[in-house]
Amino acid sequence: MTPDVPPGHEHQHEHEHQAIPSDVALRVKALESLLVEKGLVERPALDALIDSYEHKIGPRNGARVVARAWADPAYKQRLLTNANAAIAELGYGGQQGEHMVVVENTRQVHNLIVCTLCSCYPWPVLGLPPVWYKSAPYRSRSVIDPRGVLREFGLDLPQETEVRVWDSTAELRYLVLPERPEGAERLNEEQLAALVTRDAMIGVAKVSPTLKDASA
Amino acid sequence: MNGVHDMGGMHGMGPIQAEKNEPVFHERWEGRVLALRRAMAAWHKWNIDVTRHEVERVPPAEYLRLSYYERQFVAFLEMLAKSGLVTRAELESGKPAEGAAQAVPALTPQKAAVLITKGVPASRDVPVTPRFRAGDRVRARNMHPVGHTRLPRYVRTKLGMIDRDHGVFVFPDTNAHFLGEKPQHVYSVRFAARELWGQQAAPGDSVYLDMWDDYLEPA
Repeated sequence: MTPDVPPGHEHQHEHEHQAIPSDVALRVKALESLLVEKGLVERPALDALIDSYEHKIGPRNGARVVARAWADPAYKQRLLTNANAAIAELGYGGQQGEHMVVVENTRQVHNLIVCTLCSCYPWPVLGLPPVWYKSAPYRSRSVIDPRGVLREFGLDLPQETEVRVWDSTAELRYLVLPERPEGAERLNEEQLAALVTRDAMIGVAKVSPTLKDASA
Repeated sequence: MNGVHDMGGMHGMGPIQAEKNEPVFHERWEGRVLALRRAMAAWHKWNIDVTRHEVERVPPAEYLRLSYYERQFVAFLEMLAKSGLVTRAELESGKPAEGAAQAVPALTPQKAAVLITKGVPASRDVPVTPRFRAGDRVRARNMHPVGHTRLPRYVRTKLGMIDRDHGVFVFPDTNAHFLGEKPQHVYSVRFAARELWGQQAAPGDSVYLDMWDDYLEPA
């Protein structure tokens, strides 16, 4: 998340979950027991899936891809022309990233990723999406009012910047290659990766040249 | 279907509620729902388009009220029952039916690791002639199927331009109803924001959608 969360946005997670039926956790548990008892699933496989998404797959993967692209122009070219192969060079790929496309932010063009119909998102490089990405406000507004959405994230783009919104309506999954921040010229690839936020790779933020802003 | 899931361009949904340092799962059961769905998909009784359509079929008021993982859970129960993997009586009682056969889990931990890192490609290596090429002007069809489609309402009848051809992919409109994969080309199509939203949009802005051949006509 950007450091400049608009007022009133800090505590709205509770609101999001007020509607949860109190018994949903129990119902899920009961279903899991039934499926295990019928021999349809085994718990070690469930645990392996959850462990991967909680601990192994996340926006740090995408950040390494971005940092490599900033540090190595030949890699960047490969990434923009054949994203799958270039991302696989760093060891990433798989479910919900089978068909990757990388779009580049420049001084003239700003890209923004959304899935208006559900919540498609490039899992291997960004992990599972945050709640706001899956929410009705983001899905409804990002195509009709992208500049307003970006302002809500603290990013006020000049009129002359061209905004391109990518609605993930098929099985292509998008990753934004953010602009390399000015003032980060002396950093190595690892240091650059530490600056790259999830939000910048969705396109709702820019990358700051200092670490203080790299919280999401 | 013209459902509430098709929300591109809708008003009144409120501000975006971003959470700082958000956990991957807010509650344990959310992760279990995700994992159970993945593990049961290994039985190949449905496909990704079936799962999307089942979520779309959650009644609109419920769809908006429920969280993402609650919707996933509700749709999952439907898929389990419809597929016959679990009976509705078993879902009610939480117990296997008397004398029900004991299965061997389709997804082992080893297969789970492969699933995560290899994925399930939706592209198909079959020769299909593309109807369009980059630079072609196209119009999104005016169609309103009651079943599954990935053609959002906000783009129907609008004029766009083919940006690139992504290759041949499974067609969700048929695949979601077990009517075959009908592989065809998917293109990235650029629509000027003003074509979609009128003068309120900035003149240079655009929206790109990935669209199957069957969604497009020449313009």
